[in-house]
Amino acid sequence: MTAAHQDTLLLRAEGLKLRFGGIIAADGIDLSLYQGEHLAIIGPNGAGKTTFLNICTGYLKPQAGKVTLGKREITGRPPRDITRMGVARAFQIPQLFTEQTVLENMLLAAAIHHRHWNPFRDLHNIPERAEMEDLLDMVGCGDVRDRLASELPEGKRKLVDIALALALKPKVLLMDEPTSGVASADKFGVMETLMAALRQAEVSSVFVEHDMEMVSLYATRVAVWAQGVIQMTGEPDVVLNDPDVIRNVIGG
Amino acid sequence: MSKGKIAFIVLLAVLAMLPFAASSTVVFITLCMAKSLAVLGILVLIRADQVSFGHAMYFAIGAYAAAFLSSAYRDIDLTLVILAAIAASMIAGLIVGLFVTRYRGIFFGMINLAFSMVLYSVLEKAFHITGGSDGMRIRRPTFMGFEFKRSEFDLLMFYVVLVVAAISFVLVWRYLRSPLGQALRAVKTNETRVEYLGLSAKRVLLTGYLVSAVLCGLGGVLMGTVQGLATPEHAFWSRSAELVFIAVLGGQGSVAGAFAGTVVFETVRTFAAAVLNDSWQLILGVTLIAIILWAPGGLVELWQRAFGKRRKRVAPETVSQKTEVFE
Repeated sequence: MTAAHQDTLLLRAEGLKLRFGGIIAADGIDLSLYQGEHLAIIGPNGAGKTTFLNICTGYLKPQAGKVTLGKREITGRPPRDITRMGVARAFQIPQLFTEQTVLENMLLAAAIHHRHWNPFRDLHNIPERAEMEDLLDMVGCGDVRDRLASELPEGKRKLVDIALALALKPKVLLMDEPTSGVASADKFGVMETLMAALRQAEVSSVFVEHDMEMVSLYATRVAVWAQGVIQMTGEPDVVLNDPDVIRNVIGG
Repeated sequence: MSKGKIAFIVLLAVLAMLPFAASSTVVFITLCMAKSLAVLGILVLIRADQVSFGHAMYFAIGAYAAAFLSSAYRDIDLTLVILAAIAASMIAGLIVGLFVTRYRGIFFGMINLAFSMVLYSVLEKAFHITGGSDGMRIRRPTFMGFEFKRSEFDLLMFYVVLVVAAISFVLVWRYLRSPLGQALRAVKTNETRVEYLGLSAKRVLLTGYLVSAVLCGLGGVLMGTVQGLATPEHAFWSRSAELVFIAVLGGQGSVAGAFAGTVVFETVRTFAAAVLNDSWQLILGVTLIAIILWAPGGLVELWQRAFGKRRKRVAPETVSQKTEVFE
């Protein structure tokens, strides 16, 4: 993290608390994302990492604490508002429109983002069509453009899901295990293109990840989430070599 | 030009010639076209996987708008009557729609039903205003300053309904292909993603609901004006169910299904009633069961199979597929 990054704070969570019955998902989470960062969140299963994404996007309301985007507080606002403000999300289980083609999925995202509400213009004729086709090519899904989203293999669905988020030209992209479901031989290639795309579009990201190799290669910073608190943050080679982290998160 | 467009133009041309070729069927086809507008309204909502069992209320609102207007203003122009029905059904659709679009599936269907039954009761009980169960007469409106006799009026209505229906079908067809119309389908398969693209799923559904309410209102005013009568029966639940029945019979995947379904439904009803007194429901019921079992895409699917246009079969929704979004 360079000094310049610290100047431009994008997303900040302060003192987030949320428990479901007896399970403590977040017990005073403080976490910030700066411009240009790719922050990986690691931690044991069920620690509350996805809950964090749900709180940041307004799907869940924290019992205490707040989330700010730039200078605006966004805590508890509905997902569509937060999305409009520039926080896009890709899901662990891809969320696509299964009855429409991959291209139609993308066109719909662009049409919504640009508010193309002319009821008599065909979705296929919106001006962003070429742009969306390029985006699909970029994530390596150009070949399945005209297939129904329900027919795609899991790996491709995952990529289309990310492409849908990118179609919104977000400032921040939140991803939940971006390469889970992608065939292991393709994982690095996919992540490589994805990160290149994010850098090119100047999108900062937060991604929940279990694959430590992925984290060490692509994260600019790592946060360790366990027992509802951030136990450590820092650069990947420091955090991933910390004996406590190795024992509690990576080893176990 | 696509096959569908050619078929549409041919159909329009054939219908336009109908009064010269088979004048006895003019009123029948007029009523079919009017009713198919209401069925089209049901189809719009089915795009979002929502089935309303109360849309006959908008049909009744269209018919009663004509009744009130024609009794308050003699010699009112037909255009004004139609516009008033559009306005009335749109306002009613907005008020009811703001409420019902918060619900999905069975609740959506039943709450619409509840609203329609309230309207039915009001129409039936408010005797001094609505004429009770006898309903209200709809006086024959004028058109462009001319008055018409019964037979001339039937012919006029045939062409008016033909034009209104043709325009409506084209506009709905285009609406369904536009981003807003495609968003209806997106609401059906993944509301979560719709919200996470920055759009309110409720608003998408409300837009579709307004379109469908207006289509039903149009169907009601046109049919009421042809028959010269608006009765509470128009709002009765069995009428709503009939519209859904025809929509499924015609086919959910295409606007053409609305018209095809209505014509087949009304034809079977007419002939079956002649053959099997009081048992026409039996024949229609068996027809629908056969359609659901062997051609869930309805008459449109049968047409596509016969004429070789390969489309994905619309699988009947036997099991709801819920995806787990979050850990």
